[in-house]
Amino acid sequence: MAGTTSDSGTRRDFIYVASGAMGALAVGAVAWPLVQQMNPSAAALALATTELDIGTIQPGQQVIIKHRGQPLFVRRRTPTEIKSAQSVNVASLPDGLARNAGKDAALPASDENRVIKTEWLVVSGVCTHLGCTPAVSTAAVLQGAHGGWLCHCHGSDYDTSGRIRSGPAPENLAVPVYSFMSDTRIQVG
Amino acid sequence: MSGPSTYNPKPGFEKWLDQRLPLPRLMHDTILTFPTPRNLNFWYTFGGILTFCLAVQIVTGIVLAMHYVANAELAFNSVEKIMRDVNYGWLIRYIHANGASMFFLAVYIHMFRGIYYGSYKAPREIIWILGVLIYLLMTATAFFGYVLPWGQMSFWGATVITNLFSAIPVIGPGIATWLWGDFAVGDPTLNRFFSLHYLLPFIIAGVVGLHIWALHVPGNNNPLGIDVKTPQDTVPFHPYYTIKDAFVLVLFVIFFASFVFFEPEFFNAPDNNIPANPLVTPAHIVPEWYLLPFYAMLRSIPDKLLGVLVMGAAIVSLAVLPWTDTSRVRSNRFRPTMKWFFWMFVVACVVLGYCGAQTVDATIFGIPAVWIARVATLYYFAFIFPIMFFVGLFETPKPLPASIAQSVLGKSEGGDK
Repeated sequence: MAGTTSDSGTRRDFIYVASGAMGALAVGAVAWPLVQQMNPSAAALALATTELDIGTIQPGQQVIIKHRGQPLFVRRRTPTEIKSAQSVNVASLPDGLARNAGKDAALPASDENRVIKTEWLVVSGVCTHLGCTPAVSTAAVLQGAHGGWLCHCHGSDYDTSGRIRSGPAPENLAVPVYSFMSDTRIQVG
Repeated sequence: MSGPSTYNPKPGFEKWLDQRLPLPRLMHDTILTFPTPRNLNFWYTFGGILTFCLAVQIVTGIVLAMHYVANAELAFNSVEKIMRDVNYGWLIRYIHANGASMFFLAVYIHMFRGIYYGSYKAPREIIWILGVLIYLLMTATAFFGYVLPWGQMSFWGATVITNLFSAIPVIGPGIATWLWGDFAVGDPTLNRFFSLHYLLPFIIAGVVGLHIWALHVPGNNNPLGIDVKTPQDTVPFHPYYTIKDAFVLVLFVIFFASFVFFEPEFFNAPDNNIPANPLVTPAHIVPEWYLLPFYAMLRSIPDKLLGVLVMGAAIVSLAVLPWTDTSRVRSNRFRPTMKWFFWMFVVACVVLGYCGAQTVDATIFGIPAVWIARVATLYYFAFIFPIMFFVGLFETPKPLPASIAQSVLGKSEGGDK
């Protein structure tokens, strides 16, 4: 502090700086709870897991479930969709990382790094651009050019592995932590 | 222009009060006798109209808050209750909802007028910057208000706008969570937006006070953009401009009322009459019309962070106009080249608004809307920076009149009256 080290420092300078510092500390101490009250409350933080029966989902069909307040896509992919997801050159993707919370963060975005069983794709339904829910592309109603999802808000186009292919979204759709409890049941979270 | 006070209190109470709290003196000097350029035209009435709009929004808003419930489960139904059950609730809500659009319409006219007549130039830079700040606060207030009915557009609008902050590297996602109070837009978000929606109009009122205070130091600019030189150049604010403002205000209120009574849902997206559903995004989400130009800018840029930065810069960079404009002449009446660039700027803003209302893959005359928006965005920024700078340097302005009085009254009557 200036008051204690400076040659010209007096007791008065020291008191001035010390009381100023205490005042700043007090302002900070008051501001902290006022800022922190905005963050998620204990109730929102309580972790939740969601179980889902996937036995009735047909190939080519997707269901949307609500997991921790947000949509989650569970899609049973057709052999064509799996093939198109696997045949992509990972080096050509806008986001080269797998974005799979259940695996190493540095893994490349190959299709096998984004699934547990190739038939099932489980990804967050939150567009990584600005949070809209992308529309699913089916054989009957095509959305976008890559057969996965198209976000109508700002035009982000995802492929059948949930990877961003074109548009403003910076990342692939996130894969949450999930596990197969049996062949027809998964647990998310 | 804020010269010596001409207030002359009557003996007794007025004098007694003047020596203790000179509020009547302030009102007398700013509203009654304030010397105002005698050539202010129709476009100068929008300051008064905007004050009226703010008052209408505050009064109707306070009343609506008596019936509205800021809870994700109850909000949508409480708005329906206002519309169906509350006495005159439909009227009050329609005034408030359409009032927002009227407010923005008036503020855009007010801003374009300021740009056309060079009202931002010295010595009025602070007035202009305070105005940009008011406009920023207005957009924030309007956004919070749009979320409150908790329909589909409310919910997804809130999602998209709060996600803008997640574009900030490193701390962005934390800021988004902090804004939501959850991991997505939800009940805590709605509650805090209601709190802020109630607060901000009063902050706007405070900044409007500073805006008017700053205006009353140099006095009004005018369509000629030349300084007031003699008392012949001015008339007292009352009755000349109180009556002029009141007349145009009546016309404005007729326009306003025609929406409230005949097309109350004109500005409302039909999707917002569907309760919020966090699992389904409407196929075509658009903000309110007054934010469409900025939305078009956001969508035209294929990079998340850059898109957000450009959108923010579009508003903030208006504040530097007083310094990017190098011209010695204020009014575009005497700037033959700049006039064209100004009208192209207006067109660019309208085109951006139009593009913002289209779907992402739309085409206009066979050209993708996104490319048209890109060109318009480029022009928007080119206008504020290089065009303002270089046109001011190279343009030869037309000769300015000697004084306001001479221009208004003709040469013979001008100087010697």
